[in-house]
Amino acid sequence: MSGIDRDGAALLPSPTVVEGRRVPLPREPGTLRAFWRRLRARRSAVVGLVIVVGLVLMAVFAAWIAPYDPTETDWGAVRAAPSLAHPFGGDEVGRDVLARIVYGARASLGAGLVSVALAVSLGLPLGLVAGYAGGWVDGAIMRLTDALLAIPFLILAIALAAFLGPSLTNAMVAIGLSATSTFVRLTRAQVQALAAEEFVEAARSVGNPPWRIALVHILPNIVPAILVQATLTIAAAIIAEASLSFLGLGQQPPEPSWGAMLNVAKNFLDQAPWMAIWPGLSIFLAVLGFNLFGDGLRDALDPRGRT
Amino acid sequence: MLQFLARRLALAVPTLILASMIIFALQQLLPGDTATALSGEERDPEVIAFIRDKYHLDRPLPVRYGYWAAGVLGGDLGESIRLQKSVSELVAEKLPVTLELACLAMLVALAIGVPMGILSAVRRGTWADTLANGVALWGLSIPNFWLGILMILLFSVQLGWLPASGYVPPSESLWENLKAMAMPAFVLGNAISAVMMRHTRAAMLGVLGSDYVRTARAKGVSPLRLVLRHALPNAAIPIITLGALEFGQLLSGAVLTEQIFSVPGFGKLMVDAVFNRDFATVQGVVICTAATYVGLNLAADVLAAAVNPKLRRA
Repeated sequence: MSGIDRDGAALLPSPTVVEGRRVPLPREPGTLRAFWRRLRARRSAVVGLVIVVGLVLMAVFAAWIAPYDPTETDWGAVRAAPSLAHPFGGDEVGRDVLARIVYGARASLGAGLVSVALAVSLGLPLGLVAGYAGGWVDGAIMRLTDALLAIPFLILAIALAAFLGPSLTNAMVAIGLSATSTFVRLTRAQVQALAAEEFVEAARSVGNPPWRIALVHILPNIVPAILVQATLTIAAAIIAEASLSFLGLGQQPPEPSWGAMLNVAKNFLDQAPWMAIWPGLSIFLAVLGFNLFGDGLRDALDPRGRT
Repeated sequence: MLQFLARRLALAVPTLILASMIIFALQQLLPGDTATALSGEERDPEVIAFIRDKYHLDRPLPVRYGYWAAGVLGGDLGESIRLQKSVSELVAEKLPVTLELACLAMLVALAIGVPMGILSAVRRGTWADTLANGVALWGLSIPNFWLGILMILLFSVQLGWLPASGYVPPSESLWENLKAMAMPAFVLGNAISAVMMRHTRAAMLGVLGSDYVRTARAKGVSPLRLVLRHALPNAAIPIITLGALEFGQLLSGAVLTEQIFSVPGFGKLMVDAVFNRDFATVQGVVICTAATYVGLNLAADVLAAAVNPKLRRA
């Protein structure tokens, strides 16, 4: 059904223009350098990369950066306004908001990476099989992804998280499963486009078995497209994790998560607005970073798409 | 055209059946005894026995699905143990609220996205184009629950212009209803407006580059008339069909928006049901969402094919 076809892209905050188009893999060192030069020439991609790297460093070195323990309560700092001691203020039980923002990056980025890794590791093999095997196997896999796409992304994730039970791990599983169909579709479309190419035909005619053609000849050529989609999906997954945590279906208190912080903050808007400003700004920056970087990556990997 | 419709239906129906199987199978994810889990907070043996009987829990899974699916087709979505009401009744009660919110949000999205898209296509490569693209990126990246909180902070807490929550049915007071819906509709429409802007820009760029527009320009049609009268009607077709596909995003977003502004709609029903462990209601809401969504996709495809005969062969 073509409507749902297109919608694989509409679920994500950025349009997936990569589908169905073959993006060449930069393999020789010269090509890699050219790729890097193209990426650097895009100011928005560089801004995205800087934001992403900054957030990753913040998450990895949280213990060194955060001025306090993120779960340590201090009754003197309950809903305290920003000050030198607490630059981002204190929350409803006197925890340092800055420390919780820094540690919260772990939940957000972790959820983004883990859920997308899950979606790729399920979607890629399924898409490879569907695209290369064709026939009833293809039909069965495609009907299943159609059915999953019939349920809007976040609603499916909420339903899955609800039945699995609320926890960060279950939220990651729920988001990963909800995003899987996008990767099945993308991989299948790429494989079908490649299967008609001459080098695949040549590999087939010298007697390579199908699994070898799929893994050795086709897979390396679809990596760039998957990489672009994965980067953009991380942005969607970060929003989804924040949404689930905001609803109470993700990270459980007292562990910090930006979405959960916003959920509490909305009850203290008139007394402690800073509790709502920083977590929201963090989510916004993280999503913006991955969207910008993903868009830049797509342009840099596909010279034909350049204007 | 009839043949096209039949082909589309032949794809949509199995999709919905499979989706309903997935939604039904979610039950199996519940830890422990299904009847006990479905009863939620209730531990009354009578209630558990009622559920066991109602959902035929002593029968194998495919048989249970058969009973459930037959019920759904007949309009019986199950019972909300928690609220002592049938799920169909709850859905019928909450759906109009969400539909109102979704329609208002779509209006907001069109009112912002279409003019912005036209402007950035006509003034391609200028500062107006850059600005419009920047606004679209902002709209796509800002989490809508944060935007909602910021708006409450500004318009309710600081300025006191709009209520932060409290839904008033339009039958009671249309003005109060619109006041309460203004912020939720803007928040929900904001993200879609970015998508609409991108669609409009792409569609307008395509049309503006075509021969008939060049001819019209050569004949001396005024620029305003050229854009609004000649280009826009043809660009509108993809905008309408792609817009219909954004409905899934709208339904997803409504869950969060309704939660922030305490709008008693579909999304709030689902979230409340999740926390009351009222799983029959969760399933009922999800299956209705999927059906609405698939139905809209179908309608969009048919509408596009009705307008453009070339698509009927697809």
